[in-house]
Amino acid sequence: MRAGFIAEVDHGTPIRAGDEQVTLTIDGVETTAPAGTSVMAAAMMLGARIPRLCATETLEPFGSCRLCLVEIEGRKGTPASCTTPVEAGMVVRTQTERLAKLRRGVMELYISDHPLDCLTCAANGDCELQDMAGAVGLRDVRYGSSGANHLADAKDLSNPYFAYDPAKCIVCYRCVRACEDIQGTFALTVAGRGFDSRIAAGATDFLNSECVSCGACVQACPTATLIEKSVIRQGQPTRSVVTTCAYCGVGCSFKAEMQGDRVVRMAPYRHGAANEGHSCVKGRFAWGYATHEDRIRTPLVREKITDPWREATWDEAIARVAADFSRIQAQYGRDSIGAITSSRCTNEEVFLIQKLVRAAFGNNNVDTCARVCHSPTGYGLKTTFGTSAGTQDFKSVDKADVVVVIGANPTDGHPVFASRLKKRLRAGAKLIVIDPRRIDLVKSPHVRAAHHLQLRPGTNVAALNALAHVIVTEGLVNEAYVRERCDTAEFESWARFVALERNSPEQSEQFTGLRAADVRAAARLYATGGAGAIYYGLGVTEHSQGSTTVMAIANLAMATGNIGREGVGVNPLRGQNNVQGSCDMGSFPHEFSGYRHVSDDAARDMFEKMWGVTLDDEPGLRIPNMLDEAVENRFKGLFVQGEDIAQSDPDTQHVTAGLAAMECVVVLDLFLNETAKYAHVFLPGSSFLEKDGTFTNAERRINRVRQVMAPLAGKAEWQATIDLARALGYEMNYAHPSEIMDEIAALTPTFAGVSYDKLDALGSVQWPCNAAAPEGTPTMHVERFVRGKGQFMITEYTPTEERTGPRFPLILTTGRILSQYNVGAQTRRTANGAWHDEDVLEIHPFDAEERGVRTGDLVALASRSGEISLRAVISERMQPGVVYTTFHHPATGANVVTTDYSDWATNCPEYKVTAVQVRRTNQYSDWQERNREEDVSLRRMAREEGAWNDMAAAK
Amino acid sequence: MSGVAQNNRAKLARMAHQIADFFRAYPQDEASRAIADHINHFWTPRMRADFLAGPAPDDPLLKGAAPLIKPGRADRAPA
Repeated sequence: MRAGFIAEVDHGTPIRAGDEQVTLTIDGVETTAPAGTSVMAAAMMLGARIPRLCATETLEPFGSCRLCLVEIEGRKGTPASCTTPVEAGMVVRTQTERLAKLRRGVMELYISDHPLDCLTCAANGDCELQDMAGAVGLRDVRYGSSGANHLADAKDLSNPYFAYDPAKCIVCYRCVRACEDIQGTFALTVAGRGFDSRIAAGATDFLNSECVSCGACVQACPTATLIEKSVIRQGQPTRSVVTTCAYCGVGCSFKAEMQGDRVVRMAPYRHGAANEGHSCVKGRFAWGYATHEDRIRTPLVREKITDPWREATWDEAIARVAADFSRIQAQYGRDSIGAITSSRCTNEEVFLIQKLVRAAFGNNNVDTCARVCHSPTGYGLKTTFGTSAGTQDFKSVDKADVVVVIGANPTDGHPVFASRLKKRLRAGAKLIVIDPRRIDLVKSPHVRAAHHLQLRPGTNVAALNALAHVIVTEGLVNEAYVRERCDTAEFESWARFVALERNSPEQSEQFTGLRAADVRAAARLYATGGAGAIYYGLGVTEHSQGSTTVMAIANLAMATGNIGREGVGVNPLRGQNNVQGSCDMGSFPHEFSGYRHVSDDAARDMFEKMWGVTLDDEPGLRIPNMLDEAVENRFKGLFVQGEDIAQSDPDTQHVTAGLAAMECVVVLDLFLNETAKYAHVFLPGSSFLEKDGTFTNAERRINRVRQVMAPLAGKAEWQATIDLARALGYEMNYAHPSEIMDEIAALTPTFAGVSYDKLDALGSVQWPCNAAAPEGTPTMHVERFVRGKGQFMITEYTPTEERTGPRFPLILTTGRILSQYNVGAQTRRTANGAWHDEDVLEIHPFDAEERGVRTGDLVALASRSGEISLRAVISERMQPGVVYTTFHHPATGANVVTTDYSDWATNCPEYKVTAVQVRRTNQYSDWQERNREEDVSLRRMAREEGAWNDMAAAK
Repeated sequence: MSGVAQNNRAKLARMAHQIADFFRAYPQDEASRAIADHINHFWTPRMRADFLAGPAPDDPLLKGAAPLIKPGRADRAPA
């Protein structure tokens, strides 16, 4: 083990869970191991490492390398220890002369077809083949190199992140098995037989294959056959630090493997509870943005947004913000400024921003980007269950019998969870997909949905009411559960409502487009198929009835008794790494941390005492309200933490009109993003590699984020917030983010037991973590709901006001794909562009033919809000009448087209339903042309000598 | 067209109607109380004042809710 590296013991095969223990003797030492555990793993638990090549703890035993042979008293031959389970009374010998000779013979054969270039090999020092040659004492290879071999086989360098060198392959199948068992993509195979056996990514190269670049094969490879190009370039890392990925809400743990302060690779951490050693292409490989040349490392200021940016000191920039905000409040009133917190920042950073607003700005005008994604989750689950969070841990899906995926595309949006889900589905759990698109889960290798309810966009509530109708009218309600756990009067009202004929599958078919028989079958399966778990995403929340849909989901789960134990639950798949945390931390304008309303006198009193100020007891502005007020010239100053509302929020022209009407917009970010075009002060932020703090993932898991390099801007974000608070006359004092967490714990009952010491000791905890649950809470609502009795809500279907018609006959839905992430600020600055370098419009062949559109054509996409042009891709994933695009590229401007319609309860935008028309075109839209000009005119930098530097031209 | 020219008051009226649509499934008194609670819970004083200063709603649920909506407050000076 290299010094500075985090030790991860590999037992060779999985340690089986179970109460039954087996006692045996290994090399004269009596030991016990769980029944079903392999002899290899039992030996490793004793510290006796049996030589092996094809075995690793993350994969089921395979028994192909013949290196792990052992002797067992009373048995003939030398069985493979990886495939031999422990038995009571077994006497095992792992090291004998006979075994040593056999192992040397096996190694000799491997090495006879392996290049002897260890000193110049990228895996030198981190190669299991090299280790095993040493372990078995191989001193000679008698076969020479003149015979047939694979040493001249061509490398496949097509993947931007890893290389495949078949000359170094020992055909141990670890990569193939990782692709199948861990990732579940089945992209790799072994082509040929015997000597000709070679790893193949189908009939093409890695880049063009089905491979999703999750890195599981690279992680599993015991040699340099599959290896990160960063390791080839830079060499072996010298230290590692466990931290948390800053992409999606799965919150994978990684070891940042470093040379000094330079990342060599991000290796998924096996003891990370969210990912258990797995990863996706973003977290595993797409981290290069952190040191990209576009990073802004110095504060920037300008008088007007049409002025060029000028570099400033931190002191100057902070003083400028404080002066402008103070002036604006004096001129326009205390409520004329506010802030937006970021779900990409740590809990501690977010907590400080909302404290800055409430204590130093003196109002509650703080909101977060969860406004535009999962705010309906907060409202819906708090109303029905009593708390604004998912009910399970990810591992719970291992015990699900029926999984319902609604409005989510986990293989693209939450790939590491999707792999876990697919594993469960391959083991026999049934799947119901409710989605307008034929997402990959509907049919992929060894996974096929029992039902795909391909409903029309905007009809989720009608579909869920129809499912509930079947459950109620066919007597499938878990009455004992409802009687014991739920408010029965509310249940009865709800049951009467869903039993109405208008909610039957037959009647709702006119809205949903779903065949009644399919809906009835899916309802019966969910209600009677055993443990039923629901997972959902933004296809649920980003609707005018987003909150209603969340409550309809909660109703279904309560009616069937699917809340409060492992294998069941209601689980929002959070889009960003810290959406859950940013909401927990009091980012919403009506709530303190821990979801307590600002009008709650007891809660407010606690904060006032701790913070030493009087706090406002009225809710503040949400993001859309801020922009509306800005357009009305009543909201004039905004602090934007790590968010790009000019690209991500709906109805771009309304957003930018609001921003342009403000007198001081401050953007704290890594890059000069779209919002920064409208900013007067830019404060350089820190990437996750530069942060100390915590993220909270979709399963309420609080994970540590550990700094592996100093902030490139010379100041951590939390320090900048403290400086700004002080400049505004409000004192904040923290020496380290751990002290901010201590304050969070003191003020937030669900975090009362959280500290950095505990996180370091346990690895992570899921809130609530307090005196009642000192090590956290994997499953919520076990004996009772947080609110007491579960509350059924009546969920009448109300069609959205956004209607199709002759001018706009199609429905646009938007979303994201695997290789890019949200506004793309991070992933566009990596090699992930190899898979997706522009937003495209997916359109059904029928709609395409009607319009004479072919794949690759430039098409105009127009709605009542605006028009853009982009390339079309004909796709049968779409249903006729529905088109789809992503919003990863600012030049496309997908949100120019989306509208300002929003969820009734939370104002979460209705991204998923926009009436549009599509036609062929040969030009980009007026907005796109204007935006291209503004990319230059609003991003200019002033050089020291006063000349203009056109950044775009320089590039 | 974009929302640039949107009338804030009209938007608030639309939002109130959306809230009313959700609670329409409940008995009228309960619905009106719930609508008012929701608006008091999530709308700023100024939003409430703007809404209440607008045309009186025709919707019976909103009519019932209006007297229960907390009034706004005057613009506040900096703390």
